Amino acid sequence: MRERAIIEPHSQPALPRYVRLQFDELRQCWALLAPERVMWPDEISVDILKRCDGRATTDAIVSDLANDYAAPEDEIRQDVTTFLQEWADKRLVVCMDKAEI
Amino acid sequence: MPAPGPPLGMLAELTHRCPLQCPYCSNPVDLLKSDAELDTDSWLEVFTQAADLGILQVHLSGGEPALRQDLEALVACLAERGVYTNLITAAVTLSEQRIADLAAAGLDHVQISFQGTNPETTELISHYKGAHEKKLRAARWVRDAGLPLTVNAPIHRCNFDQVEQFVDLALELDADRLEIANVQYYGWAYLNRTALLPGPEEVARQAVFVEDARERLTGILNIDFVTPDYYAEYPKPCMGGWGNDAMAIMPDGTVLPCHAAQTITSLNFDRATDRPLAEIWNNSDAFERFRGTEWMQEPCRSCPRKDLDFGGCRCQALALTGDAAATDPACIKSPNHDALRRMATRASETGSGELIYRRIGSQGEPVA
Repeated sequence: MRERAIIEPHSQPALPRYVRLQFDELRQCWALLAPERVMWPDEISVDILKRCDGRATTDAIVSDLANDYAAPEDEIRQDVTTFLQEWADKRLVVCMDKAEI
Repeated sequence: MPAPGPPLGMLAELTHRCPLQCPYCSNPVDLLKSDAELDTDSWLEVFTQAADLGILQVHLSGGEPALRQDLEALVACLAERGVYTNLITAAVTLSEQRIADLAAAGLDHVQISFQGTNPETTELISHYKGAHEKKLRAARWVRDAGLPLTVNAPIHRCNFDQVEQFVDLALELDADRLEIANVQYYGWAYLNRTALLPGPEEVARQAVFVEDARERLTGILNIDFVTPDYYAEYPKPCMGGWGNDAMAIMPDGTVLPCHAAQTITSLNFDRATDRPLAEIWNNSDAFERFRGTEWMQEPCRSCPRKDLDFGGCRCQALALTGDAAATDPACIKSPNHDALRRMATRASETGSGELIYRRIGSQGEPVA
């Protein structure tokens, strides 16, 4: 049986095949499409989700974001990890290191 | 009234034909025959207009949508436009090849209904021999094809003791989502209410179990739980508000604010083959009539919840009070609420086991 994905520094988060992040031309914003739901993630959420490519680790995502936002890594590490764990618990994000999609 | 925003979702009932005969089917009691169905080109045109209009998700349903031989072409057309496609199927007619073809066409998600967790219950409710094994097989092919799976479990008095086993079944089938969906008592289900409606204590027991299972299975299985609204305090926000962000299309192209709206016979409905979808959404009588909150009477009009539940279900209001603009009797503020509760309790205690199966041409009083 599948296990709950726990977001660790070395986890490689990804959007599963059934979750799609796409730019909506008509509404001029990002839409996240998933079974039975449409979500409108804010700018920071989109920046995190775009980096969830199944290759980058949580650590790499944090340092990349720290660089882009000119913020200290330690400040955003907890926020990013909490965000990814919440999304993993809704099965909107999976971890490639669990070889599961 | 300000112009509505663009719609997000569409329920496309491609056909009313179905190999199953579930006695709570959400299709109208007056089912359409196959010669009334839109042809492939008409559906492709409807879906193209839907994408232009801003629809992001289409639920391909029925009847049994897989009975349409052009399903792959319809999925491909939607996928091409970036529209998320969800196949809502009974799954008994799906072959491994068909599932692979649909996946290749760009299908995003599959929802398979299970009438029970064992062959006996599934056959009793679906009235289809061998249904359970066929569904199990199809569900495994769906996962083998890399497609995500939702197990849909319609719950009523003949299977409410199987809620726990439905969770096990969903896990065994590697589903991502499980819908424990208590039947809503409109249409066919209303005809069968004395055979199907569980008592309030039973629904409360299910709620406790589901709450615990959700906690235990966080990050493993998403569980949606729908209670029969007869036992709720407030009505469901039907369709997220009338003409607010979704529409339904019947097999003959009739465009509806909700799939049961044709029971409100005072409304005029347009067909997507006669009028552009955008015009039907923005300006038609059927969509304008109950859009927003202006049409409301008391107690809805001054209710602080009016933007949360939109007065509930218009079809249920009509069926139970004779007035489609009345407060849904599922609401505790409705003057008809106590009568509804008494009717539900009586139905759940009657316990008649006689099921009227869903059939084209079946006789029955048409009720919302």
